[in-house]
Amino acid sequence: MTDAFTFQIDGVEVTAQPGQTIMEAADAAGIYIPRLCDHEGLRHQGGCRVCTVKAGGRSVAACTQPAEAALEVENDTEARRRVRRDLVEMLFHGGNHLCPICEKSGNCELQAMAYRLEMTAPTRFPWLEPCRAVDASHPEIALDTNRCISCGRCIRASQDLDGKGVFGYVGRGIHRRVAVNGADLAHTEAAGADLAMGVCPVGCILRKGEGFSVPIGERVFDDGLIGHEIEAKR
Amino acid sequence: MSDSAPALATSTPQSVRTICAKFGNTPHRLLDILLAVRQEQGWISPQSMELVATATGLTRIVVEGVASFYSFLPLTPKGRVTIRLCDDIVDRFAGLEAVRAAFEAELGITVGGTTPDGAVSLELTPCIGMCDQAPAAMVGDLVAVRLTPDRAREIARALQAGRSPAEVLVADHDCLSPLERVKAQVQDNIRLAGQVLLGEVPLDAGITSAQGMEPTAIIDAVEASGLRGCGGAGFTTGRKWRFAAGAADPHRVVICNADEGEPGTFKDRALLTNRADLVVEGMAICARAIGGREGILYLRGEYVYLRDHLLSVLEAARSRGVLGVGFDIRLQLGAGAYICGEEGALISSCEGLPGEPKTRPPFPVTRGYLGHPTVVNNVETFAHVARILDRGADWFRAMGTEKSHGTKLFSISGDCAWPGVYELPWGLSLRELLALVGGEDAAAVQVGGPSGTMVGRDSFDRRLAYEDLATGGAVIVFSPRRNVLEIVDYYMSFFVHESCGYCTPCRVGNVFLKKAVEKFRKGQADEGDIQYLRDLSATIIETSRCGLGMTSPNPVLTSLDNLPLVWAAVTKPRKDGIKATFDIQSAIDGGRRLAQRRSMIFDRDFSE
Repeated sequence: MTDAFTFQIDGVEVTAQPGQTIMEAADAAGIYIPRLCDHEGLRHQGGCRVCTVKAGGRSVAACTQPAEAALEVENDTEARRRVRRDLVEMLFHGGNHLCPICEKSGNCELQAMAYRLEMTAPTRFPWLEPCRAVDASHPEIALDTNRCISCGRCIRASQDLDGKGVFGYVGRGIHRRVAVNGADLAHTEAAGADLAMGVCPVGCILRKGEGFSVPIGERVFDDGLIGHEIEAKR
Repeated sequence: MSDSAPALATSTPQSVRTICAKFGNTPHRLLDILLAVRQEQGWISPQSMELVATATGLTRIVVEGVASFYSFLPLTPKGRVTIRLCDDIVDRFAGLEAVRAAFEAELGITVGGTTPDGAVSLELTPCIGMCDQAPAAMVGDLVAVRLTPDRAREIARALQAGRSPAEVLVADHDCLSPLERVKAQVQDNIRLAGQVLLGEVPLDAGITSAQGMEPTAIIDAVEASGLRGCGGAGFTTGRKWRFAAGAADPHRVVICNADEGEPGTFKDRALLTNRADLVVEGMAICARAIGGREGILYLRGEYVYLRDHLLSVLEAARSRGVLGVGFDIRLQLGAGAYICGEEGALISSCEGLPGEPKTRPPFPVTRGYLGHPTVVNNVETFAHVARILDRGADWFRAMGTEKSHGTKLFSISGDCAWPGVYELPWGLSLRELLALVGGEDAAAVQVGGPSGTMVGRDSFDRRLAYEDLATGGAVIVFSPRRNVLEIVDYYMSFFVHESCGYCTPCRVGNVFLKKAVEKFRKGQADEGDIQYLRDLSATIIETSRCGLGMTSPNPVLTSLDNLPLVWAAVTKPRKDGIKATFDIQSAIDGGRRLAQRRSMIFDRDFSE
């Protein structure tokens, strides 16, 4: 199959190119599928699972699942939203996400996703409250993995775009975390201008000295819900 | 392995470089390299990681990512011998606690510690595949079974006196063949031999027959036999092979999954010990059928005691011409990670990566090991294949039930008179099986291990077959004396320990599920918590990336469905609306200590 084909997302006909994932086709068609680990220009990881959709009756990650002709995809339904809310709550509870004291607030995709998914009531999950050392060794970058959601964007960006491999996962299961290729960040090849330092969806990797250069109220997600720029294409 | 426990070599750059060179400085042999470094130095030091990274052209963080993933690659110094007590629920019920106490007292350390003289480290590890002879332990690369406190003290004393595990555990070790050494450590416990695998089998009859057949005819025969994957998933073997045979890339790979890590499973141990020829034969047949050029036998790290035996079996197969001509098999040792039983994770592990499942599609039959089309089958599946090619598809198909053909090996353990390995045709009811193994008074049976189904007494008429209770063969019997919630709690802790951490629901959700079970065990749960268990389980199952997360809530869900009274008995309605889980004293304790004063309102004893 080399020609474009169509499939449906929530009853809307979407055109896809061969080799495209469900999410890529949806983005092009102006349909937003929530995601946290996926990022334009990076390899797909399929780790956060927030983009889980029902495709042909099966639950799959839209960021890695290839689109197929005539596929019927369920995206923005109450059942999907509920499951996504669970996942976002898991990410909040698995780390220490204190929006009021975080300089990423307003630019944070996790926070924005919580708003989009209407995570407004207290959750039922327990707090895991990890306690990990903050790495402020680097003159241009601060690393606070207590806020890490294990999306792996920094790892892929540093490896594939910067050609450095500054970051990597260590450990297994709930102990899995992002670590750096050296004793601390100052002892790696990391530079403030690295693309890897700009892809963190949360306040885990921060460029120093620019925290409040844009005031609260004028930040990325003060303009609208996360995903609105994709939906604006329709 | 007959070394008399010498002091471990100090980490020298040259020795690490030599190890890397032995594996061609190849990144995809990273697991072998790290295992060899551990073998020589006892641990993976930061300096070793740097050296390995330099030699293989990887970054140090990638090397650390692999080393920190596997339980058997320690990142801190360890003793000359590490004792790993099997911490499975069956071992706990069989007296693990007393054995552990004996080891701790004799060694003067607690679990997680190392004796001051550097002789012994003591650790716990999940199921090592010896549930039929529990309590058991790995002692270095060997295995000790049916441990008692006395035996534990004996082993501890001997190791501390400088004797090697081989001297302590295997009498006349150096005079024995590899197979004899295996049998000196572990009992076969084959209780019932069926006509396919554990009865009399002729050598090389299957491969000889296959050599006279066209590859497509071999696949046709395997498909016609109705054989399905014996690891648990039950995918039709012939179809899997056909996909791989039709792949564009001519370099195809055959992998045998000998990573049976499902707690309560040990049937592959019986095959690898007694029918390893048959397994190798089955792999060679697969290679002929799909055009396989490369074979890997992935042996779980817990079965390292079988390594020398299997290497000699592979060598013998080479000398008979079964291997070596266009197809050979290398043995890949694992390093303590249940997840590597998942085929994508197993392939990752063979590639020197952390044992993380791969994104599907593409499926391994299209793009597997190092990007090549790859067939991954279970040990038992390959053994069946060799017999099917010898005796014919019809012979195999005639056994069992309408949708479950042939025989199946069952690993029976727990509260029964005759635990061990049974080869049975598919289709027996649980009641019939329990009568056979002497477990008639069972209150619950765990079929298929933790990821399977917990069945209560009222459902013992259910049948072991793909039509009803599909299983990889683990059957754990629990008597009425056992606490079902303790079992469920243990199984959840197992999944928390073994989740790879790649995806959110499995990494975080299972921790929440485990905590929720604890709440029930403490008597702090109300009816709402039952719904919470179900909701959380549904999210984990729906969104997890691989089979681990898709089945990890099963201990909770199947016991809720099949043994509801167990849960109801500890569920209390809350009339006062106060959450039993909220403990104001512990909640304010941190603040109280910071402020260095007590609370007039909340400290009950304030006025005293």
